[in-house]
Amino acid sequence: MSFLSKLKAGLGLLALSSLTAVFANESKLNLREGVTEISREAYHLHNWVVIVMLVIAVVVFGAMAYSMWAHSKKNNPVPAKFSHSTALEILWTAIPFIILIVFAVPSTKLLMKQYDTAESDLTIVVKGYQWKWKYSYPDQELEYFSALATPRDTFVNSSELASTPIAAIGHVLAGGVVGAGDKPTEKSATYLLEVDHELVIPVGKKVRFLVTAEDVIHAFWVPDFGIKKDAIPGFINEIWARVEKPGIYRGQCAELCGKDHGFMPIVVRAVEPAEFDAWVAQKQEEKRIAAEDAAKAAASSFTMEQLMADGEKNYLARCAACHQPTGQGLPPTFPALAGSKIATGPVAGHLNIVINGKAGTAMQAFGAQLTDVEIASIITYERNAWGNNTGELVQPADVAAFKNGK
Amino acid sequence: MGAHAAHDHHDDHHDHKPTGITRWLYTTNHKDIGSMYLWFAFAMFLTGGFMALLIRAELFQPGLQFFEPSFFNQMTTVHGLVMVFGAVMPAFTGLANWMIPLMIGAPDMALPRMNNWSFWILPVAFLMLISSLFMSGGGPNFGWTFYAPLSTTYGPPSTDFFIFSVHIMGISSIMGAINVIVTVFNMRAPGMTLMRMPLFVWTWLITAFLLIMVMPVLAGAVTMMLTDRHFGTDFFNAAGGGDPVLFQHVFWFFGHPEVYIMILPSFGIASAIIPAFARKPLFGYASMVYATASIAFLSFVVWAHHMFTTGIPLGGELFFMYATMLIAVPTGVKIFNWVATMWKGSMTFEAPMLFAIAFVVLFTIGGFSGVMLAMAPVDFQYHDTYFVVAHFHYVLFPGAIFGTIAAVYYWLPKWTGHMYSEGLAKLHFWLSMIFVNLTFFPMHFSGLAGMPRRIPDYNVMFADFNMLSSIGAFGLGLTQLLFLWIIIKTIKGGPKAAAKPWDGAHGLEWTVPSPAPYHTFSTPPVITDENAHS
Ligand code: HEM
Ligand SMILES: [Cu+2]
Repeated sequence: MSFLSKLKAGLGLLALSSLTAVFANESKLNLREGVTEISREAYHLHNWVVIVMLVIAVVVFGAMAYSMWAHSKKNNPVPAKFSHSTALEILWTAIPFIILIVFAVPSTKLLMKQYDTAESDLTIVVKGYQWKWKYSYPDQELEYFSALATPRDTFVNSSELASTPIAAIGHVLAGGVVGAGDKPTEKSATYLLEVDHELVIPVGKKVRFLVTAEDVIHAFWVPDFGIKKDAIPGFINEIWARVEKPGIYRGQCAELCGKDHGFMPIVVRAVEPAEFDAWVAQKQEEKRIAAEDAAKAAASSFTMEQLMADGEKNYLARCAACHQPTGQGLPPTFPALAGSKIATGPVAGHLNIVINGKAGTAMQAFGAQLTDVEIASIITYERNAWGNNTGELVQPADVAAFKNGK
Repeated sequence: MGAHAAHDHHDDHHDHKPTGITRWLYTTNHKDIGSMYLWFAFAMFLTGGFMALLIRAELFQPGLQFFEPSFFNQMTTVHGLVMVFGAVMPAFTGLANWMIPLMIGAPDMALPRMNNWSFWILPVAFLMLISSLFMSGGGPNFGWTFYAPLSTTYGPPSTDFFIFSVHIMGISSIMGAINVIVTVFNMRAPGMTLMRMPLFVWTWLITAFLLIMVMPVLAGAVTMMLTDRHFGTDFFNAAGGGDPVLFQHVFWFFGHPEVYIMILPSFGIASAIIPAFARKPLFGYASMVYATASIAFLSFVVWAHHMFTTGIPLGGELFFMYATMLIAVPTGVKIFNWVATMWKGSMTFEAPMLFAIAFVVLFTIGGFSGVMLAMAPVDFQYHDTYFVVAHFHYVLFPGAIFGTIAAVYYWLPKWTGHMYSEGLAKLHFWLSMIFVNLTFFPMHFSGLAGMPRRIPDYNVMFADFNMLSSIGAFGLGLTQLLFLWIIIKTIKGGPKAAAKPWDGAHGLEWTVPSPAPYHTFSTPPVITDENAHS
């Protein structure tokens, strides 16, 4: 920083003053320093390369600019005739080579550090799904899903979004090309970077992440940790982070994974180890209570009103991303449920697809993701909403019976 | 275009020039085919550009304004495919068709009928690709890199049309490449030794080898997709014992040489234009040839730098990092040689020169970010963010596209017999220069700040940069309409162009009249050291 301020004073260049701000990490113009040793080293390596590249740019572009002025036809009417110089050519092959070696050395060291996942204190399995994450703590026997918490109507700025070329062109023209949608909404600072259940890790501990995926390739990326790894079905990739500062760190899925790729954030809460232990204990207690509740609920029966109300809520949270709040889906990839054969046909078929999913499509097996009560409410809702007036009620016990019959 | 040359009486069949639509359908004339390629590329450039503007309209501000995310993904995918396979590659093939015979003193391409065929299957491929956007389930939505299993198991029904159209594009490219190789090896005028060939011919020859080596690999990738989708294979399906990462290896084994396919001809163009307007021979001709060849060779051993985050083992990661960094060395040689060509020259700055200089400068900026991306431990922060989008647009727009525009201005007098309007062309240049940077420079920052690529909506912290990019993109897009207008105006009329309108230009193409007659070099010229390459 002081070196840079001296430089700035020395050259007195406007450009450099903004550069200072960049390298002092005061602005959003540069990579972030992050909160792990790895992210910090990557940040310093990055800054260092940027500076070298800027110096090369000044030399090369400076020479070009000078030449364009000094060797224009006006200033230099008679061109020189030379067409090669072996010495020069060797020189400018050798210099870049040396510069690259200078970069290769620290890069190699840092890479080896990043690949060293040995002796970790805690292991977390991160699994990508279309479009949410599942975090499992195998040693703590905990696992849960984590999905976007920003409500859909916060990001939909328009009363109707186009899904065909003709409609798209129409909407853009109607929107005055760059005009807003017709119902812009307030966006908070954590807009699209907030989730229902955060990933919680202890600070100061070496946390190893085992990264994989259920359906397509996703990528787990937390910029503040300096780690990004693809989540690939059938593969388990390893990365690690030792977070130095408690706090909330936000990232996003970084590999195109289908329709809602832009809507699968990652939020990590790093806490003191004691707090982490307390969190684990509390989670386990919650899990026990939830299991009891579920067992109790599974044994009780609900009224149509209760199931429809819960069902609508659960449907919107879990199913509407694909099948749409209107039940119209986005056919043919995401079929409509309104009037669908499955949602108005025999209950068993409906239970089957919700519980077991459909291989090779985005329809996941929700049997393990939702409680019997949730499944019962969703199925009841789907069978009675949007004109699917089957009048049929599915109770948690039906769900349990179907699962056991399997 | 143009009157036919008088010395062509020996054969009635070759003498008459058909008229009307059949002239274009049946033509085997390299100039006609070159023009058709160039017009097709321009049409695709506008089509792909239009899609880019739809994307930038959606990204103008946070929130979903216009499109469903699924449609947004189709736009990014088809934009990429159309620009790569429909605009850049056919534009270069068009230039090759027009210029290679003229530059080596050949009467035509070696395989004229195949030439006709390789052009005419292209519109079919793109009609098929674009029509898939209108099919139920929409068009391809898995990115121009179409990673499995998103494109196989999870692809929309229209994916088969996508596969078929990629096959046709590949066949077209392979035929075009074979034609270039055969022409260059067999049809050079007496005395035109390999090391006397203009660099544009050299770079295209090397490009052609890249093409015939990698297009079959792409064809293999899409064929495996097809059998995975319909014939029960599991190449890329982990659940069936396959390997999704295999797809990426195969794709990038094609894909990395492909990115050089999209730049080497521009290197050749800059190497023709800069000496012409500096009025000084190209600096380091031989080292330019060797650098191009080394870049081409290295491009086969760096593919996995696109896959640093897939979890390849440390040893592999290091190998691909070093090999990628190495590419910067021959690339640097080329840049230094261009600067040295300008040095102590006697420069004027007509439109071709302006675009060529901008090409060198902005391409170099793309090279800088390339070196940064090559450093695997830091690439983890850049990969799949807007930083990468900035990188490859700096090498593609000011690289491939500016190179092509420079070539068009440089040779337009030869093609049409008219001079273009220098004033309008300069306006075109300055607007392009401003807007290209306004569009793509902020993307470095949004990437560093953490914005992933291929997302339809983003957090408010990325809003400023995205707004700038969108404004730039609309400016850049509109500016290219000016280019269209300048070209049409030049074809229709304008000051008569001399056979050699640029006083510093060298090469056989300037020895024939402007516009170039329908048939040229029926009697080959003889090349000596005096009239050899510029
Ligand atoms: C100095 C020379 C270059 C170096 C060192 C370099 C390096 C890289 C690296 C490491 C990546 C992967 C980034 C990532 O995904 O994390 C990349 C991406 C890319 N590069 Fe380059 N590059 C260079 C020149 C070029 C040229 C000449 C072109 C094309 C004209 C090009 C086109 C691309 C494209 C299209 C991508 C993105 C592909 C995608 O993921 O969709 N690059 N480059
Ligand atoms: Cu994802």
